[in-house]
Amino acid sequence: MSAVALHSALLTSLTDAGTTTTAEAALFWTLGPIMVLAALGLLFARKAVHAALAVVVVMISLAFLYVAQDAVFLGVVQVVVYTGAVMMLFLFVLMLVGVDASDSLVETIRGQRWIGLLAGVGLAVVLAGVVGRATYGRPTGLDQANGDNNPTAIAHLVFGSYVFAFEVVGALLVTAALGALVLTHRGRLAPHVGQKQRADARVAAGGVLTPLPAPGVYAKHNAMDVPALGPDGRPLEHSVPRVLRIRGQEADAREYAARIDRVLAGGGADRPVVAGGPEPTPPPAADPSAAHHGVPVPGAATAGAQDQEEHA
Amino acid sequence: MNPLLFAPSGAVAPVTADFSDDTWWIWVIKAVAIIVFLLTSVLIAILFERKVVARMQVRPGPNVHGPFGLLQSLADAMKLLVKEDVTVKAADKLVYIVAPMIAVFCSLLTFAVIPLGPAVNMFGHITPLQLTDFPVAVLYILACASVGVYGIVLGGWSSNSTYPLLGGVRSTAQVISYELAMGLSLVSVFILAGSMSTSQIVSSQTQVWWFLPLLPAFVIYIISMVGETNRLPFDLPEAEGELVSGYMTEYSSMKFAWFFLAEYINMLNVSAVATTLFFGGWRAPFIPADSFLQTGWWPVLWFLAKLWFFMFLFVWIRGSVLRFRYDQFMRLGWKVLIPAALIWVVCVAVVQGVRQFSGLDLRTTLFVLAGVVLLGLLASFAIPEKKKPTGPKRPPGPEVIDPFAGGYPVPPLPGQVLPPSPRKQRQAAAAAAGATNDAGTDVPQVTQEVHGG
Repeated sequence: MSAVALHSALLTSLTDAGTTTTAEAALFWTLGPIMVLAALGLLFARKAVHAALAVVVVMISLAFLYVAQDAVFLGVVQVVVYTGAVMMLFLFVLMLVGVDASDSLVETIRGQRWIGLLAGVGLAVVLAGVVGRATYGRPTGLDQANGDNNPTAIAHLVFGSYVFAFEVVGALLVTAALGALVLTHRGRLAPHVGQKQRADARVAAGGVLTPLPAPGVYAKHNAMDVPALGPDGRPLEHSVPRVLRIRGQEADAREYAARIDRVLAGGGADRPVVAGGPEPTPPPAADPSAAHHGVPVPGAATAGAQDQEEHA
Repeated sequence: MNPLLFAPSGAVAPVTADFSDDTWWIWVIKAVAIIVFLLTSVLIAILFERKVVARMQVRPGPNVHGPFGLLQSLADAMKLLVKEDVTVKAADKLVYIVAPMIAVFCSLLTFAVIPLGPAVNMFGHITPLQLTDFPVAVLYILACASVGVYGIVLGGWSSNSTYPLLGGVRSTAQVISYELAMGLSLVSVFILAGSMSTSQIVSSQTQVWWFLPLLPAFVIYIISMVGETNRLPFDLPEAEGELVSGYMTEYSSMKFAWFFLAEYINMLNVSAVATTLFFGGWRAPFIPADSFLQTGWWPVLWFLAKLWFFMFLFVWIRGSVLRFRYDQFMRLGWKVLIPAALIWVVCVAVVQGVRQFSGLDLRTTLFVLAGVVLLGLLASFAIPEKKKPTGPKRPPGPEVIDPFAGGYPVPPLPGQVLPPSPRKQRQAAAAAAGATNDAGTDVPQVTQEVHGG
């Protein structure tokens, strides 16, 4: 195997004599406590996301150990698949719980804790039995174990010696995924309502399609309680916010309407129509007194006009 | 195409680059050079993006600070440095601070395995222009990218605020769906190159760059690399029209700058990966492999040119495409990209397997492939075309529509025109009346605009 910068520092650790190098021992004794702490963090973290993060730390540290033992492929794939995809899916679900939520300790199934404890003890016994009875062959060294190179050696194992086991596991996983899909599938009870259907319904209902007019537009005042004027000069009551209308704080629309009627009839806003037929409204420039009705002019004239309005 | 193209993998060493002459100080030089290169490239990239987008939008872009606005990025960076660093009170402190660090740290790791050039003489040591390489280098890049996303996700979660959380959730879903497509598109390169080491993949492209024979995989990679870096049109985690700024909403000052930095370094990373895997790495096109332009320090220039071509592609896409809606984005990922990538990988694997195990030479394989494609094409002619529902025959010329037919006004579609406005109708009627009175005057021609042809 060709020399690799990373390898020369850490790797080719297990010699064919079955001993590890100092570098690997140092790495192990650094990562080991971190992993144990993180694993304990998984058990005792109050927030679910913290527990997930602890698992991520364990996984990445484990990947480092794999790489240190020349299992580069396994180490990197562990990060890609487990940290990058599986834990990400976990986080996806956990994030929906929210940052302040902590685990509920109430048993949802009766006796769950005891059953869990029993199953855990059983697993520990089985594992202890298997590990205790295992026999190891003579160490051959990592160079020989990896053969040509690490990915190729793994490929020979996965697609050679253990191909059946992998196929079985694959079938099991596909079944599980399919089962999850079937069990969580929900048929559509009502027809799908899309953007077009909503738009059509809105038109058919005959409501206002455009945004409502803002209060005070084209009116004499631009306060919130003054209705806007439509193109025909009539006050639009729905331009005043609903809250004001319900509270009865709207300016008197009828008064505004009457005033506008007077203007339309040719008189001033504040003076009654002169009897004897409609006189044409003079242009503002021609009649200085009429100019005040449409446009507020700052200064004394405006103050006078406002006084008049209050009296009216 | 030539026989070398589909060389079987058994004959080659797992890693081509030879690092045996390296010393510790050469490692340090390379590592520092990579970091300096990335940081300065980010400064350039920000200015580059703003300038190019500005030219695409017919405006000059930043042109105040320094000559041609060259110091704009520097000014931005200084502004971010001296801004007040706000820490949200309700945030999960530790995760909130660690998240941007994760993002930046992981984005800095990728360039370690990118070959910037062939072996050069560095202070008397012959060393490849690459910090390191190993048999699974490309997987390592994927691993770094997937851990880097934790920065975004955790940043969104720990801010304890609605918009960042939504950004984080979107980012998780995005990375899961688009990394699958990305990984699958890279697999076909592994199959042809016979290796996952970057230097080996570059040296396998001496004859032809992989983007040509593996065009579908290249297209899928380009799409998913934009999705992976959260850039428009896939910038849903930070969609400023919907989520304020997504996962970075609650971040300010340096912490925000770190996210910003990570995003641009990630752009450089995926561009470098595209260059290395599909565009021949540091090799120049049309120049023989033994030319002086393909050895020594020259190839760094070609590598940078290709890298910035992809960076330009990013900006170009940003300047021309609108943001996807979230469901469209997910549909594209799961229903188009992943199945397409899977089918393509199977095809490549079958062809390569047939070649390797049957001992057929390339010419025969290609002829058989061409035959299969031709047969499929002929079979597709035999399938009767789906009958289109034939509507009523339309008279030739633009169709006059009633815009209020559906109850509310609609604009005319291509090939349709609105009826003349009442005013124009009146004018036409008046003109017609005038014409009957006075036959000598010209009738004004009323033209109608046909929308969209």
